Amino acid sequence: MRFAKILGALGLATAVLAGGLAPTHAKADALERIAKEKVLRVAVPQDFPPFGSVGTDLKPVGYDIDAATLIAKEMGAKVELVPVTSTNRIPYLTTGKVDLVISSLGKNAEREKVIDFSTAYAPFYNGVFGPDDIKAEKVEDLDGKTVGVTRGSVEDIELSKIVSDKVTVRRYEDNNGTISAFLSGQVQLVATGNVVAAAIFERNPPRQPILKFLVKNSPCFVGLNKNEGPLLEKVNAIIAKAKDDGSLNDIAKKWLHAPLPKDL
Amino acid sequence: MAYSFDFSSLLDYTPVLVDGVATTVALTAVSTVLGVALGIGGAAARTSSVKPLAVVVGAYVELIRNTPFLVQLFFIFFGLPSLGIRLAEWQAAVLAMVINLGAYSTEIIRAGIEATPKGQIEAGASLGMTGPQIFRYVVLGPAMAKIWPALTSQIVIVMLGSSVCSQIAAEELSFAANFIQSRNFRPFEVYFLATALYLALAVALRWIFSLMGQRMFAKGVSRA
Repeated sequence: MRFAKILGALGLATAVLAGGLAPTHAKADALERIAKEKVLRVAVPQDFPPFGSVGTDLKPVGYDIDAATLIAKEMGAKVELVPVTSTNRIPYLTTGKVDLVISSLGKNAEREKVIDFSTAYAPFYNGVFGPDDIKAEKVEDLDGKTVGVTRGSVEDIELSKIVSDKVTVRRYEDNNGTISAFLSGQVQLVATGNVVAAAIFERNPPRQPILKFLVKNSPCFVGLNKNEGPLLEKVNAIIAKAKDDGSLNDIAKKWLHAPLPKDL
Repeated sequence: MAYSFDFSSLLDYTPVLVDGVATTVALTAVSTVLGVALGIGGAAARTSSVKPLAVVVGAYVELIRNTPFLVQLFFIFFGLPSLGIRLAEWQAAVLAMVINLGAYSTEIIRAGIEATPKGQIEAGASLGMTGPQIFRYVVLGPAMAKIWPALTSQIVIVMLGSSVCSQIAAEELSFAANFIQSRNFRPFEVYFLATALYLALAVALRWIFSLMGQRMFAKGVSRA
């Protein structure tokens, strides 16, 4: 009797385990699931304008939000925006809380081990900016001019590698000093990121930071889980179409006050 | 987390540090001369019988003494261009330091002037000296002798305050230290050395002024 009970318990346990190990659709093809439920969950930033911030009505707004809405529309799904931070955006993706990460995500080798990247959808670069009346198409044109930069930043290190002795580089302690120096005309040009340049444009500046040339390019990519081939193909196709028909360019002009670079 | 000290990494940046020290010394020298001159003029104005002048100088002194040096510096460097006055970094730095030292030394020297015994001034007047002559020959010398240590301290404070000028990219010693630190990522070594250099500069400055004081004001007799 006792032996029968133990055998029965063992059998039940095995059945449960076997049932659990049987190939289920626990990780269904994401694209199929999105098409079925008609909801696309996207992780977006809420603390990094102009890519993602919170408007006065507490709704997320920004470049990444517009990109997410565009992709969802092309998939025939409703977009569900999930606010994330820089530290939790990839974990949210890998634990299945979201389908895509559209959060000014840069591509690097460590991340490539864990997630897949789409083609680039947003520019994120460091460059030299200045008003229209100053001509500088490459680093040699900077000779004899003054360039402001934030000390210790990526643009400082990259710029210092490529400028000659004839360029006067003024290094300020923080972004505010650099921006003040540019706006007051204390430096003719400024080397900074396109995000900072966009922020300057927002304030209707007396001197406009128009891109002269790129120093370092690190565009933004959409993050997807590994082994989601169909979804990756679909997202890339949507991005390519948006580049062709100008809708991505419109988003860029709206949030970054500059058209998409040719090589995006 | 073990931090391994590596002072040798600073050797590569010796030219940057030397430039920084030289700029600090130059800024201090020019600002001291002009600032003390401004202070003497201001003190004379505040103790003179010309009331409007005393009020104007009083307003200047109170404005400068009750606002931060950094704000004054930013106003001169970032604010004035909106009014069409654009100064280079070293010009803005010197101007800010002169204005700052001028205000503080006005008060210090005024204290010395007001400590002049009335008898001295009456003696000068009875010898037929005019007001300015009394100021130049009777009042100023002993006044400077009295307040010399306080003035020296204020000059050292302004010299140390020149480190603030790194905020407008004037390439003095603090700027050099920050620059080196952002390249070799060794804050302890860099700022230890910067502190030692500032200490050496301050000690040297006090020693120079002490010598000057002894030469000019020895034995209570002013030779200024």
